[in-house]
Amino acid sequence: MFHWLERNPFFFAVGVFLVIAYAGVVTILPDFMESARPVVGKKPYTVLELAGRQTYIKDSCNACHSQLIRPFKSETDRYGMYSLSGEYAYDRPFLWGSKRTGPDLMRVGNYRTSDWHEYHMMAPTSVVPGSIMPAYKHMFSNTADIETAYAEAYTVKTVFNVPYDKPDMPKLGTLDESKKEVMAQAALIVADMKSQEVKDAFKKGEIKEIVAIIAYLNSLK
Amino acid sequence: MQAKDALNYDYSVAKCFTYATILFGIIGMLIGVVIAYQMAFPELNYLAGEYGTYSRLRPLHTSGVIFGFLLSGIFASWYYIGQRVLKVSMAESKFLMVIGKLHFWIYMIVILTAVVTLFMGVSTSKEYAELEWPLDIAVVVLWVLWGFSIFGLIGIRREKTLYISMWYFIATFLGVAMLYLFNNMEVPTYFVSGVGKWYHSVSMYAGTNDAMVQWWYGHNAVAFVFTVPIIAMIYYFLPKESGQPVFSYKLSLLSFWGLMFVYLWAGGHHLLYSTVPDWVQTMGSIFSVILILPSWGSAINMLLTMKGEWGQLKANPLIKFMVLASTFYMLSTLEGPIQAIKSVNALAHFTDWIPGHVHDGTLGWVGFMLMAALFHMAPRMYKKELYSKKLMEAQFWLQTTGIVMYFTSMWIAGITQGMMWRATDQFGNLAYSFIDTVTVLIPYYSLRATGGLFYLVGFFMFSYNMYKTISAGKAISSEPQNASPMSA
Repeated sequence: MFHWLERNPFFFAVGVFLVIAYAGVVTILPDFMESARPVVGKKPYTVLELAGRQTYIKDSCNACHSQLIRPFKSETDRYGMYSLSGEYAYDRPFLWGSKRTGPDLMRVGNYRTSDWHEYHMMAPTSVVPGSIMPAYKHMFSNTADIETAYAEAYTVKTVFNVPYDKPDMPKLGTLDESKKEVMAQAALIVADMKSQEVKDAFKKGEIKEIVAIIAYLNSLK
Repeated sequence: MQAKDALNYDYSVAKCFTYATILFGIIGMLIGVVIAYQMAFPELNYLAGEYGTYSRLRPLHTSGVIFGFLLSGIFASWYYIGQRVLKVSMAESKFLMVIGKLHFWIYMIVILTAVVTLFMGVSTSKEYAELEWPLDIAVVVLWVLWGFSIFGLIGIRREKTLYISMWYFIATFLGVAMLYLFNNMEVPTYFVSGVGKWYHSVSMYAGTNDAMVQWWYGHNAVAFVFTVPIIAMIYYFLPKESGQPVFSYKLSLLSFWGLMFVYLWAGGHHLLYSTVPDWVQTMGSIFSVILILPSWGSAINMLLTMKGEWGQLKANPLIKFMVLASTFYMLSTLEGPIQAIKSVNALAHFTDWIPGHVHDGTLGWVGFMLMAALFHMAPRMYKKELYSKKLMEAQFWLQTTGIVMYFTSMWIAGITQGMMWRATDQFGNLAYSFIDTVTVLIPYYSLRATGGLFYLVGFFMFSYNMYKTISAGKAISSEPQNASPMSA
């Protein structure tokens, strides 16, 4: 049979494809629906948090930080309750990471505050002596892209039925309505911050990336 | 085509991809050395403002070496090996020549655009699949062009039986096509909502499912880019360079079909103790261990091909590169399954042992094989003697030292960090804060970066040797039979 296949490239290719495609179908499909179900009480990200999440991805925070707490005592002691599948139901893409050069951030919102993040992003060693994390000063001058964040929320609501605008769920509405919500959430974070640059920009209606990413990090619980 | 016409194969596309391999090798490895030093000396993060931080550069390093250096090396060897094992020249078909050139130029445009967008921070966050949807579509186009080249050349072949290398090239083409398509399924947000950046997209899968698809892709990108096409190369170049027939046809059959079937199951080992279903994790773990068989099958087949001919190791540095490549392949494919055992993974996952493992495979196996392949191709493509054997010897030892420094330091760093994360005091409380487990690693990070630097310097030596071969090598009148001719 193998000799015959080696003289018939078409059937050889079909054979290879069947052999390699098999495993994906068997491992990924059976639990697909089950794995997609959210845990009770899980809410999708607000538009400001999504803008922060996009900043997190833009600067590849996931290259050094995981968001996955494994069910070991050493991890639950350090980071909190281990992760459940349904907690990730609104994570598109998932951000588990594959390397902990820095600590896990799955529940960082439980034990860090807005002003801690502000100091940390400006100068990591000011709050964590010995830290090898780079400072992210450009987050204080770059403006967050609220429209793209809105576009993402609108898309997942439309295409994947993510429950925005449902009772007890984050409001989305039109772009203008959404911008008002974003400003209201950002105002609370800006009030906790020290940076005059960020405060001045906010008065002019501009939200800096640092505000969005703090909103996102605070939402991780 | 008869043996006397052997010099009439058309290598114009293979040459283009050879230059690309060298160019992207330098860029990708240089960024790798920079980010490695950044971990030891964080001040180095501020050389280029927001574009110079570790986190921005890391996807550039991985994409640069995988899709720049490695992929162009694979294409270069395809445009060289394909014609020879199928006994047909590309020049016999105008269509295939056009396809080949188009393939090269679209590839260059995609990679250069990818470099720019990754610097800008345009990313989907998925490891080794960071490119946004417009570039994904361009990647599909270039892959289809490569498919035309492979199956077009097969269509007009004289040698009816496909040589082992061809099996592996076909598998590379199909495997990457399947993985890339499914992992990059995404919805462009602008076309649904009408606002925001036009190139932004959101993943078709959420959370745990997204992780499953990503690591099915991520692990098998390793299979079909780091392993399968490199085996295609060694099955061609080692017998050619040494003049020895492949040790066993049956072993090559077993290894090929075994590798094809087993590899795809093993992605689950990236997700041990995560929230994916437990049975998927167990399958991933078990199949990873089984994977030793087909992997070692190929490696042993190559080593036994040299049976009774070990004297060639002394005489010919290219044999040395290839034999060490097979040996690193064995090391790496033993280490991987060990890390996939659940209890070992509990310690190793998220630590530096993982990049350590990746690099003994990529630097030792992939890098050495690729450079040996280009060294073997150069005298035949340019009809020149290789420029310097001495330089090649020096490069070999420098890079081997670099690799050993790299993986030993990362083994120690990874196990140290894993042990410190779980260490408790006499009351059962965690013994170390996280930052303690970072600062302790800094000497190992320096050592690793220096190992990487050695490898990079070796790569410059390789590039210089290639450059001098092409520009100033001694001309040869006929196609060398086996051992590549080289000046002292």
